[in-house]
Amino acid sequence: MPVPAAARQLIRYLPVLPAVLLLLVFLAGPVFWAFNASFTNAGLTGRSARDPSWVGLDNYQRLLADPVFPLSLLLTVMFVAGSAVLGQNLLGLVLALLMRRARPAVSAVVGTTVVAAWVLPEIVAAFAAYAYFSGDGTLNQLLRVLGLGGQDWLYAFPMMAIMLANVWRGTAFSMLVYRAALNDVPAEVTEAAQMDGAHGWQRLAFITLPMIRGSITTNLMLVTLQTLAVFTLVWVMTAGGPANASTTLPVLAYLEAFKFGDIGYGTAVASVLILIGAAFGLVYIRLLKDSRS
Amino acid sequence: MRCRALKTMSLIAAAAVVLTACSPDDPGDASKTLKVAYQKTDSFTALDTMLHAAKQEFEAANQGVSVELQPIQANDDDYGTKLALALRSPSTAPDVFYEDTFKVRSDVDAGYLLKLDSHLQGWEDWDKFDDGAKAAGRADDGGTYAVPLGTDTRAIWYNKKVFTNAGISVPWEPRSWQDILDAARKIKANDPGVVPFNMYAGKGTGEGTVMQGFYELLYGTGAELYDEEAGKWVVGSAGFTDSLAFLKTLYDEQLAVSPAEALDANIWKKVFGEWFPNAKLGATVEGSYAPSFWQEGGSYEWPGYEQDMGVAPFPTRDGQDPGAVSMSGGWTLALGASTKDPDLAFSFLTTALNEKNSLAFTVESSQIAVRQDVAADPGYLGGHPFVKEVSELVSVTRYRPATSDYPRISAAVQEATEAVITGSRSPEEAAADYDAAVTEIVGSDKTIRK
Repeated sequence: MPVPAAARQLIRYLPVLPAVLLLLVFLAGPVFWAFNASFTNAGLTGRSARDPSWVGLDNYQRLLADPVFPLSLLLTVMFVAGSAVLGQNLLGLVLALLMRRARPAVSAVVGTTVVAAWVLPEIVAAFAAYAYFSGDGTLNQLLRVLGLGGQDWLYAFPMMAIMLANVWRGTAFSMLVYRAALNDVPAEVTEAAQMDGAHGWQRLAFITLPMIRGSITTNLMLVTLQTLAVFTLVWVMTAGGPANASTTLPVLAYLEAFKFGDIGYGTAVASVLILIGAAFGLVYIRLLKDSRS
Repeated sequence: MRCRALKTMSLIAAAAVVLTACSPDDPGDASKTLKVAYQKTDSFTALDTMLHAAKQEFEAANQGVSVELQPIQANDDDYGTKLALALRSPSTAPDVFYEDTFKVRSDVDAGYLLKLDSHLQGWEDWDKFDDGAKAAGRADDGGTYAVPLGTDTRAIWYNKKVFTNAGISVPWEPRSWQDILDAARKIKANDPGVVPFNMYAGKGTGEGTVMQGFYELLYGTGAELYDEEAGKWVVGSAGFTDSLAFLKTLYDEQLAVSPAEALDANIWKKVFGEWFPNAKLGATVEGSYAPSFWQEGGSYEWPGYEQDMGVAPFPTRDGQDPGAVSMSGGWTLALGASTKDPDLAFSFLTTALNEKNSLAFTVESSQIAVRQDVAADPGYLGGHPFVKEVSELVSVTRYRPATSDYPRISAAVQEATEAVITGSRSPEEAAADYDAAVTEIVGSDKTIRK
């Protein structure tokens, strides 16, 4: 029996229906809920928990007047730029490039070491980093062996410590992406350039990098969004302190929503975070399109 | 093709299963189940033990009823958050739960707690509870919503060895802030490797900063945090600035720990587990529950702590009346407002809080008894050697002004102490910042200048 064209069209979409439903329920739902809650005075406890009322843009106005917010925004940008875009991304690329030339044994050892940090669950990695940087932690013990005075790193340079920890933890991902991308660069092209007299640096800048542009952009997008959402690492290492010196936006949102029970205000912070992530995503998608065309 | 259609159908079916799994439980269960939510940590298992005992007792007495214990492994802050999240929806709300006294008022406002007045009338044991402790479960409307489990007080815990080594006679009884500074300076001069007198400060230690530190100072100056009669928060008080100045002296002269150590949320573990047992700390302000860490079965067992440690009331600034200051908190058991069977839930509560279970819990967790029969029991009085001293502080103790604004105000106080000990603000500046923060939080019509 022939199926009518319209029905066939519908049936073609049937297989993606579960995925779309799941996305709607578990992704779009919470995002919508967060946006919605950010316009109310919903609370975890107190009168506003029972019947939250619509407060319009009040939470966002408060956000603009809050002295912690600009600091938090700046710290988040620093964190993403320093530890994701520069740290993980560049280090991953360099490692991948070097590993191509290294002996297989060296390459295997380095690869395993780097990936080990990535394999650890985030909470374990966070405790490891805390144990490393804290006052009587591993780093200071090593320094003492060398006869150097230690510092309380989490207190004196909290953001630096967290950024290093994030680079340590996340570089493996970039490295793996780049290793895969570099394997796809045909040897003939590089050899041809070599025949034309291009030096190492030139081959990298004019042949290799342009050929893996797509992977660079994809990798940048993924590590940016991952780092933007990092919470456990910061929370375990410093909990945002001292004196808000490491309160990134996710930490701020958590503090406001759960420690102070102000869900409306907390979700306003989270909404800003979603918007920042969306903006980055759009930029990268645009770049990705350009690199394809 | 058919295979793909089958796969698709099975995926849809799977999704349907997942989705229905999210909807509330079917209430049609034949046997009744009571959900009990409470806190359990490595160092706090007393409640777990007590509730297991109560579960056995209750299930034996009530055939067909099963008690489902839901321990939440978290610190006080996170426990409060998780509990509040569970209480938000009737399908996840526990029937009976462990509730911090300072959350009672705001949780009643939120409609999470069941009013117990009518049930309490029929419970003869209720008359045996202390009036002061009963008040902790009362809300703004005068109704009682929670039954106290125990309370606590705060005092100075000091290491007698450290004090004798520095030539200070024990038992030590400081009469003023100056006495504290004098003793601390003596200890410092005698052995620079010892932390003479620590007081928590900064946001790392959270409520510990204010409950075991700042409020003892503030209330000892005669100042207040909150004017209960007017229902307004106090700003611009000289006592506030003086208290910050005292902290500044302690930290600047290195009589306390370094600011970096003070801001580490885990510092209390070092206080109980390392510094006191190794005689590296002279004294600190801590809760009456301190011995629970050191006694047998505690997280930092320390045989002989009874001889080495001493306890003293925290003095008022110049020794003015009433001579000492203490702060009290404490926890309660409460019923969820949406419980399906309030009578059964209340009946479980009375089993959990009967004399036998209360006594076992109070002794194991080094709490101060809130039931008169427990307080008079030899098992309680012989619980640990400091029971009498810390219980006496109930006469001078204070409670936190537990309105729903309180957590934010407390954070502002912690921030002020942090700014002072790290040297980023002077006491006057930090006090001014605090006043501005309070005005911002509650509005200027809810503040009062004193």
